[in-house]
Amino acid sequence: MRARHPVADPAVLRLENLGKRFSPDRPAILGGINLELRQGEYLAVMGESGVGKSTLLNLLAGLDRPDAGRVILEGVDLSALDDDAVTLLRRRAVGFVFQAFHVLPYLSVMQNVVLPLDLLGVKEPQRSQRAAAMLAAVGIAPLAARHARELSGGEVQRIAIARALVHRPRLVLADEPTGNLDPRTAAQTLALLRDQIKDHGAAGVLITHSRTAAETADRIMLLDDGALRPLSQGA
Amino acid sequence: MLKILARESGGAFAIWRLLMLAQLREQPMRLLVTVAAIGLGVALGAAVYLVSGAALNEFGLATKRLVGEADVVVRGPREGFPEQLYATTAAVATVSMASPVLEVEAAMPGRAQPLKVLGMDPFRAATLQPALIGDIGGGLFALFQPDSIYLSSSAAQELQLRRGDSLQVIVGSAPKTLHVVGILPEGSYSQPLGLMDIASAQLTFEQIGRLNRIDLRLRPGVDAEAFRGILARTLPLGVLAIAPQVERDRAVSVTRAYRVNLNMLALVALWTGAFLVFSTQSMAVLRRRRSLALLRALGLTRGQLQLVLVGEGAVLGAAGSLAGVVLGMAVAAAILRFLTGDLGNGQLRALGASLHIAALPLLAFFAVGTAAAGVGAWLPARTSARQPPARALKGGDRNHAAAARRNAYGGAALLGLGAALCELPAVGGLPVFGYAAIAALLFGAVLLVPTLTVHALGWAPRTHYVVADTAVAQLRENVGLSTLSLASIIVSFSLMVAMAIMVYSFRASFDHWLGKLLPADLQLRVPFGSDTAYWSAADQATIAAVEGVARAEFRRTRQLLLDPARAPVTLIARGATAAQSAQELPLVRSLELPAAAGGEPVWISEALQDLYGYELGGPIDLPLGGVTRRFTVAGVWRDYARLAGSIVIPRPAYLSATGDGSANEGSLWLDSGANAGRIEAAIRTRFARGDSLEILTSTALRERSLQVFDRAFAVTYAMEAIAVVIGLTGVSFAASSTALARRSEFGMLRHIGMLRRQIFGMLASEGLLTSAFGVAYGLALGTALSLVLVYVINRQSFNWSIDLAIPVSQLAILSATLIVAAAVTAIWSGRAATSQDAVRAVGEDW
Repeated sequence: MRARHPVADPAVLRLENLGKRFSPDRPAILGGINLELRQGEYLAVMGESGVGKSTLLNLLAGLDRPDAGRVILEGVDLSALDDDAVTLLRRRAVGFVFQAFHVLPYLSVMQNVVLPLDLLGVKEPQRSQRAAAMLAAVGIAPLAARHARELSGGEVQRIAIARALVHRPRLVLADEPTGNLDPRTAAQTLALLRDQIKDHGAAGVLITHSRTAAETADRIMLLDDGALRPLSQGA
Repeated sequence: MLKILARESGGAFAIWRLLMLAQLREQPMRLLVTVAAIGLGVALGAAVYLVSGAALNEFGLATKRLVGEADVVVRGPREGFPEQLYATTAAVATVSMASPVLEVEAAMPGRAQPLKVLGMDPFRAATLQPALIGDIGGGLFALFQPDSIYLSSSAAQELQLRRGDSLQVIVGSAPKTLHVVGILPEGSYSQPLGLMDIASAQLTFEQIGRLNRIDLRLRPGVDAEAFRGILARTLPLGVLAIAPQVERDRAVSVTRAYRVNLNMLALVALWTGAFLVFSTQSMAVLRRRRSLALLRALGLTRGQLQLVLVGEGAVLGAAGSLAGVVLGMAVAAAILRFLTGDLGNGQLRALGASLHIAALPLLAFFAVGTAAAGVGAWLPARTSARQPPARALKGGDRNHAAAARRNAYGGAALLGLGAALCELPAVGGLPVFGYAAIAALLFGAVLLVPTLTVHALGWAPRTHYVVADTAVAQLRENVGLSTLSLASIIVSFSLMVAMAIMVYSFRASFDHWLGKLLPADLQLRVPFGSDTAYWSAADQATIAAVEGVARAEFRRTRQLLLDPARAPVTLIARGATAAQSAQELPLVRSLELPAAAGGEPVWISEALQDLYGYELGGPIDLPLGGVTRRFTVAGVWRDYARLAGSIVIPRPAYLSATGDGSANEGSLWLDSGANAGRIEAAIRTRFARGDSLEILTSTALRERSLQVFDRAFAVTYAMEAIAVVIGLTGVSFAASSTALARRSEFGMLRHIGMLRRQIFGMLASEGLLTSAFGVAYGLALGTALSLVLVYVINRQSFNWSIDLAIPVSQLAILSATLIVAAAVTAIWSGRAATSQDAVRAVGEDW
């Protein structure tokens, strides 16, 4: 099935009674979650290990299917789409930052950053201009020709942030983006991520264990016992 | 020291068990295929060894029974020598007993194979050949009845005859009837054989006053070797004094090249199996490099790690070898039971041969298989043990550029060595250096693969298509994995190409040879291989006079024993003039006729030139008509039919030397519009047992010959197919290992919006690029290897030449099939890459 025409919706992301269960004889990992995220809004989700944070992230990105409820991204109900249509929507509208960076070590910094643009078929010179601007924005323009494997953890995570935003997505999902970084680099990375999300007018979801990291977001919610509860206001 | 060693190996054993069990749990299919490949090589080798061993043992036993207690065998040409020689040799003081023999291959109506018949003095033979004739007892007297014959039990079985039945043989062109007076006990002689009283045999086969063998037993204390030397000097030309052992060894030497070639095929299979172990272990090491580094960090020594990894390979080898030995025994038993030991070469056909299982050779096969696997595992084990744990813990496959450079020097040196080895001659008639050259070229070419891969990928342009560019970048980065995948294709495909070119070249040359030798419309001959059937001059005139025959040419073929240690050579008298003889032969070298002074011209086959060292333009002495006659080698011709060598002599020269105007083969040119079938029928009606004649149109004979050729090479085609399957298995191993290692990468690409089909496209691109490069490289290497097969191994094994011919369309189809199959294999092996697990893998930290 192809993407349906989106309905007018002020929310970038809307979750309606979202539920997920991995086994019929075990309790649901997520049960009846409701959430709305608007443009420019940056949300941190905290929770202990195993509560379902990554499951939630996979559902938000359309990488997994919910057992109940709906995920509406840019007004489109993801459950109504087939895999290709979800992928195409994700390609255009979502950016990812991972804990383990997941940049391709055999590509240069520039090649890693242009990957989403290549997938979207952006032609030269816009392709190079946008990638160069993004690299400059995250402070690694001089490293463009270097290979990712030659760089430090903090530099690699900047590549990941540049890659997540280069195609101007409406939603940025970050899963423990500073889990592998030292505190100083982590703080710089979190600030950069927040600034870039805000600068691009995207909505952002930060999954983290760290209270310090969470506090860089606009608001913080706690995922516990399958439910999402407001914890506090962040930055 | 011993305590330390024991502790070290004890620790290694515990880790080995842990890793091996994990491998078995995770990769059962892969290990099974590896074990199967090793098993196949060992099975093939063991089967060839057991079958040829059983057949040769049977030949040896048969010869021993025929020669019996004789110390010296006097052997003359098939047409024999005057029996006065028997009286002379029997009278020598040091001879205790002499037994006269007339040995003929008797033609029988309606049967393609002649029957070996020995005409003997029954009482003397009972003393000298007790194992053969001793059990007849009172039956000996029955042999004195006129036209009586005893048959061995296998002959009786084959001919479906019993005591009291009649047996027809053909002498000249007429049938004669013999009476079966008894059957030899089953254990006396396992091959088909007839025994007659010598006088009766001489009369029946029109050889009155002639013998062709005398068995001599010497008095105790006489030095047989010295006696043989003295006797040889007194014998007429063409009559030889032979040690019985030489008779027994002849079958061994005649079939040696063929057996060695079969064993080489087995070695190729085993080597491919060892390569698969290398490939599997390399993948396993790459896949587990972080785990292995962790074990090193936890205290496993470098030596222990190497021991663990070599142990894994050796266990696979041992399992495969054990299965292979068992399978080999089963296959050998089946071949002996159902195909009477025929391995595709008629010379190894032995009725009644039974399987003899000797533990030591089978243990050797087991050891070779296990060692081959151990060697295959040793290289990746060494690499892994040498890698600093800190680097391995970080992951990555980056040290290959330096390793590639090191390998390139070794590769180039091996290629040079391979080329040099091709120049060396055969050793004992075997192309030992040719096989060594193949191994050197193959290893050398594989060692060059990493460097060439790095260069080839360096030239690949950037396309700005994310799928293609990412695929190229991945291959460029992971040269180690790419090399393994490539090497699998290159090794199997190059061997396949080499064999395909060799077989095609041989077939094309064989076809051309048939065309040259079969220019007439109809070919006819008396039952093949017999001494007794022939056409007299009158018979030949009868055939030529059949209505519809425009022209008839006849040939006389007979055996000549030039060297007792070798099989007899074939003398072919053909052509009304020397010029005609030369014109009808597929000559590879020749002199202008008339040849230089020295004798009438003859044309020798390449085998005769190689085996006996005759030179073009040089003299050749032939024992014809009881005297030595000197001829000149006017040319060398290609003969694919007679491995032991052949000589063509113009018929007038043969007639003048021997007085023999008979013929046993002929070619007929028909009047235009004449019906070949009707002429065949007319010829058959002209003779009493015309049904025994072999008459075929040249087209049918050519087709039949090519069918026989294809059947003989069936084992080669089977090996080709196995090589391709093993190659694709290697590709599959590499692709699935790569996909496994890159699971999180594929997961990330799915996250950022790459479609499943784009990932499949990427895998397919990688598979296509790898296999296209591998196929191109394999084609080049295979062509080089085929030159060694055609010009070195074939020439030195069989002593005949082949013209190189490339099966372009066959290779193009094979290449395209392999490229597509490799791409499909890569996608199939990497299908896990697009699964939900791969998507989740981005969240994994190792």
